[in-house]
Order: sequence, then C-alpha cells, then structure tokens
Amino acid sequence: MTKHVVIAGGGVAGIEAAGALADLGQTVTIIEKETAAGGHVKRWHALFPDRRPAEEVKKYLSHRLKNKNITVINNTSVNRIRHHGHSLTVETSAGDNINADAVIVATGFDLFDAARKEEYGYGIYNNVITAPELEDMFNNDALVTRDGRKPSRIGFVHCVGSRDEKVCNHYCSKVCCVTAVKQAIEVREKLPDCEVFCFYMDMRMFGPYYEELYREAQEVHNINFIRGKVSEASNTINGRIAVKVEDTLAGRPLKMELDVLVLMTGMEMSRSGARLAETSGLTTGKNRFLSVTDNHIHSNRSNMHGVFYAGACTAPMNITDTISHARAAVMETVNYLSKL
Amino acid sequence: MSQGEANRFGFTINKSRLINYDKGDQRVRNYITEREPSFRLCFSCGSCTATCTAGSHTTINLRRINVLIRRGDLDPIRDEVTRCMLCGKCYLTCPRGVNTRNVLALAAEAMKMRERNEL
Repeated sequence: MTKHVVIAGGGVAGIEAAGALADLGQTVTIIEKETAAGGHVKRWHALFPDRRPAEEVKKYLSHRLKNKNITVINNTSVNRIRHHGHSLTVETSAGDNINADAVIVATGFDLFDAARKEEYGYGIYNNVITAPELEDMFNNDALVTRDGRKPSRIGFVHCVGSRDEKVCNHYCSKVCCVTAVKQAIEVREKLPDCEVFCFYMDMRMFGPYYEELYREAQEVHNINFIRGKVSEASNTINGRIAVKVEDTLAGRPLKMELDVLVLMTGMEMSRSGARLAETSGLTTGKNRFLSVTDNHIHSNRSNMHGVFYAGACTAPMNITDTISHARAAVMETVNYLSKL
Repeated sequence: MSQGEANRFGFTINKSRLINYDKGDQRVRNYITEREPSFRLCFSCGSCTATCTAGSHTTINLRRINVLIRRGDLDPIRDEVTRCMLCGKCYLTCPRGVNTRNVLALAAEAMKMRERNEL
C-alpha cells in the first residue's frame, strides 16, 4: 500500500531520498526552504576528485525530481515534527499540518560564516573571498581581483571554521582539503603564470582518487603546500593581502603577499535543522549535528519513531557519501513502513 | 646599562628568523625542478631523514633542505647539502618516488653556482 513520506530539505540528500522512494512507489513531499530544490551544489562549477562539470550532477538531480509521486513545496521550512497516533504530523512555516507515515530529515549544512574569523579580513578586505565565491568566478569565467587585475598569487586557507575551538567547531569538515586542491589546479590551468599556495594543517585526502589529485597538484601543476595555519591577513599599501603563517616544516615564521586569499569555509549544522531538532526533540551531538542511534550500524536512525536522517544533517559529508546515505535512509524508511 | 643587563631583559638585536617568501631566491629550486621534476613530489614525511646515515652524525636533514629550497631560504643549508654521502637509502625509502640522491647532487651543484654568481 502506498505510504506518504515527508522529506525536510530538498538538497542532494533530500532529492536522492525522494527519487528512490518514488521509484519504490511511495508518495513523497519535499519541503524546501529556498526558492528551488537543488542544495549547495547548485552554485558549484566542477566537482572533485575527477573535476567533472557540476552540471552533470545537477541534471541528474533535477531529473530525479521529475516523478509524478514527488511534490516539492518551495519557500517553506519544517517547523516541527510530532507524533499523531500511529502517524506523524509535519508543521510547516506556511502554517500547514501535513500528515506523514514517515519523515526523512535532510536539512543539510550551512556554510561557516567566514566573517567570524575576523583575523582573515573577510568582509573587510575586498580580495579575501570564500571557496564558493571562487566557484562563482569559475562559472562567470572571471578570475580577477575585485579591481579587475589578473592575480599573480592566490592563497588558500584550509580549515576556516573547522578544527577550531575558538568558533566552537572542533570537527573536520572533510571536503575542504580536496576542494582547495581542486580549485588550486583550476586556478593554475586558467592562469598558468599565477603562483598558488595552500596553507594547511593536515592534508586529509580521505576519498578514492583524492590523494592522486593532491599528487597531481604537486607534480603537474607545481602548487605550493605550506604546512601551517594562517594566523592573520592584512592589507598592504599596494592593495595586496599580506599573510603570516608558521612554516611548521621549517620551524620558522613566514610571511608573503598575495593578490587573492581564498577561505575554505567548513560545514556547520544548518540553522533550520537545529531549530527543527529543538522543537521536535531530536537529539544533537557535541558537534551540533543530529545524533544517530549507532554511528556504525544505524547511521540513518533518529531517537524519534518514524523519523530518519539523510546526508549532512548528521555530519559533514561529500556528495558521494550523501547520495549513499540517502539511499540507506530510504531502505530504513521502507522497512519501517512495511511494518506499519 | 651594561651588556649583561641588556641581555637579561632581552634588549639585544637578533637576526630575524622570519622567512620572507617575497624576498626568497627561487633559482636553486628552479635549477633542480627543471632537471629532476620528482623534486616537486616531496610531502615532507621525513623518512629520508630518518634513514639518513650522514644525518646520524651531522646536521644534514633532507626533508628540511627540500622545504627551505622551496621557500628560497638558502643560507641556512649552504653547508648541509655537501654532507650527503650519496648512499641512496633515502631514495629506497621515499614513498613518493623522489630521486633524492639526484636532488641533493643538483642542490649542491646549484648552491656552488650560486656562490659563483653563475646561476
């Protein structure tokens, strides 16, 4: 018998879960807070590690939504999930109460607000930008400084808002290292005369072909890797960015001037997800992401009967893992529905 | 104030330990990279330094030499590069396949040329 599943969030996880459920004949409603579904990847130009056009994944996702069993409600968020007899009621920001047999929470992540790391000067110096802003430049084919100059040196700061107790994010956001390596290569290809520097604490190349991309960055593209966390950035008299870092492999402080500084902002629990957790009594961990009942075996289960998790609402995740996690959430959900 | 008192309060002038990348000398790095491209592959694991026979008895540290050449900060390693005995154990242990022996030979060569203003 057809059941109705509500999915909170129409990003990669929400869309994949909806598509998989619809394939199995279930009726799905996605509640999306933005003007359209698609998630963070909408802004991206190319994806690691193979640097395929992001457009391919975006096309897959929009195709996934074209199923008569799926309804998407945009500009709306889920305010609260509560039990209602044997089913669930989902209260939306539009004031509707939607009945559901099960709910998948796929509220994803928010990008860390780079202005919170004031020492890097984001929002103060024009040529301090974030990784998504560099993707915008790739999309617009306009890799120039804010005053229209061709940059001769670009630096990437890893771990901005990640592994940093001072902003209450002690965890690693996982995807920033490999994103920096990907973007560094793209810069070198577009501007062969531009020197590129990555300032890192550890290079966390955890996925298949990530380490190979790092090696390619060194061998083919001659990208400079300096181990040390940038302590501060400042404006020079000629409008460049001066950075201070300890070159921890040399055991000495180092300074240099750059034309553009790119901040690899990490992932945080989304504000909408945090609000939903609070109103609905979903437990969260020390990292503020949603807690699953078993990290190894039940990474889609919540503390609430009939509510399952998909994607980066549980922890920072790349697209590959998000899609797998969403499919696993669908299996858990279908199992649950079959016992109703 | 006597010299001793000045020292006690740290009022002496020391040479800056800062690496100023903008003023670095990239000639030795370029000389090596053009002739031995595997030089770029080092990721500073330190296995070369751990296995180095000469390193047990002198200050030679290939991992550090690689870093400082890339930063263009050459004065601290001027004497170090000549201490290698070319035994090649570092080449065997390097996980990235850097031709370490050739890197050191080229580094010593380039450093000499630099002294003679021939680089």
